[in-house]
Amino acid sequence: MNISSALSTSFTIFLKDMRSELRTRYALNALIMFVITTLSIILFALGNENISPELLSGVLWIIIFFSTMSGLSRSFVSEEEKGTVMTLHLIASPLTIYFGKLFFNLILLGALNIFTVLLYLLFVSSFTIENYTIFFITVLLGTLGLGSASTIIAAIIAKANTKGTLYPVLSFPILLPLFLTVMNATKLSVEGAAFSDAVGEFRVLISYFIVVTTISFLLFEFIWKE
Amino acid sequence: MLFRLILFIWVSIIIITGISMPIKETPTNWYDLPLIPGLEDKVRIIFFHVPMAWVATLAFLTSLFYGIKYLTNKNLDNDIKSVSSAGLGLMFALLATVTGSLWAKFNWGSFWNWDPRETSIFVLLLIYGAYFALRSALEGEEKRATLSAVYAIIAGVTSPFFIFIIPRIVEGLHPNEAIVSQGKISMNTGMLVIFLASLVGFTAIYFWMLNLKVRSERLELKYQSKGK
Repeated sequence: MNISSALSTSFTIFLKDMRSELRTRYALNALIMFVITTLSIILFALGNENISPELLSGVLWIIIFFSTMSGLSRSFVSEEEKGTVMTLHLIASPLTIYFGKLFFNLILLGALNIFTVLLYLLFVSSFTIENYTIFFITVLLGTLGLGSASTIIAAIIAKANTKGTLYPVLSFPILLPLFLTVMNATKLSVEGAAFSDAVGEFRVLISYFIVVTTISFLLFEFIWKE
Repeated sequence: MLFRLILFIWVSIIIITGISMPIKETPTNWYDLPLIPGLEDKVRIIFFHVPMAWVATLAFLTSLFYGIKYLTNKNLDNDIKSVSSAGLGLMFALLATVTGSLWAKFNWGSFWNWDPRETSIFVLLLIYGAYFALRSALEGEEKRATLSAVYAIIAGVTSPFFIFIIPRIVEGLHPNEAIVSQGKISMNTGMLVIFLASLVGFTAIYFWMLNLKVRSERLELKYQSKGK
């Protein structure tokens, strides 16, 4: 199979997921409500306390982590639940399925993160960003890494019995290097550090995304064929 | 039998000498240990804690190796070796964490300080805790073997990132400098001999336990398939 036809199959799978998502809005609605709920709990807990922006940059990523964990496993779990796995086996090769799902998860997570960040900036008034360039690149690269790692774990989890609880348990050790780096980079952005200070963090995030995507690309076939 | 007897005597000697050899500021007798400033008597943990951490690393790498081997040839025996080694690795990692944590209370003042190595062993415990949680949630030997091997590989690939990340966040507390400074080891011959003998002894214990575990797992698999 050549690259262009593989890409078009991936894109078809992406479109199929997108269409079925827009039809039911299952993941999207649940995720949006999840973010709103979590954010309001945090706002109630904070009350009128004056919390440092450094601490709040950690809280932002906690919200993003748990909302990812609550919704992103859908892409594979729903195939397993609806019993459409066999059909997918017949029509597409594992790699095209992986990339289709990865695109879908990245788009979903991207939309979710934009929503979360906007809400967070609007409602958490003491969270002030000094360097927007660092902040946006961090969110972008963080979304890429988070989407990539959570896609492959979702593929594993779809084969297990206890899907919901196992997902964050399996994802956390893998996501920890990413989270430590994005939290650090977000801290730099609220402290108003120069762009050159955050380059080291961006390098880690970019290489994390590349490494995780490559290893997923190599191992997905084993997961999918089980 | 002979192997077990030798191992028993070997490890007993290490335990006895490691605990009882006196620490002197200027070692004169062959059985004196050197005094390392800031560590004093607490230096004795090196004979037990460091080999435990080493065996944990060895066991996890062995597990990863057999996991990869399983994925290439789909022989369930490799999965048995992989999971047995992971179990032992988890046990030794827990032992290293507990001994290290107790020692940290007396040397650094608190049980847990998020020193880079504490963080990395914490992540290892999380990874292999998740690994066993995943295994128990999967049905069917082949499925369990494949998916857990895949998970261990993904986790193994992402963990080297900590080498770059952790030193940026926390400072190291481990007394490496006190023991190895500027390429010079401040252990004297007696101490070095016990330390190396302990490494050998612990590694031998690991291989002995791995052998036992693999054999019992093989039997279990055999009788399970017979029962069906």
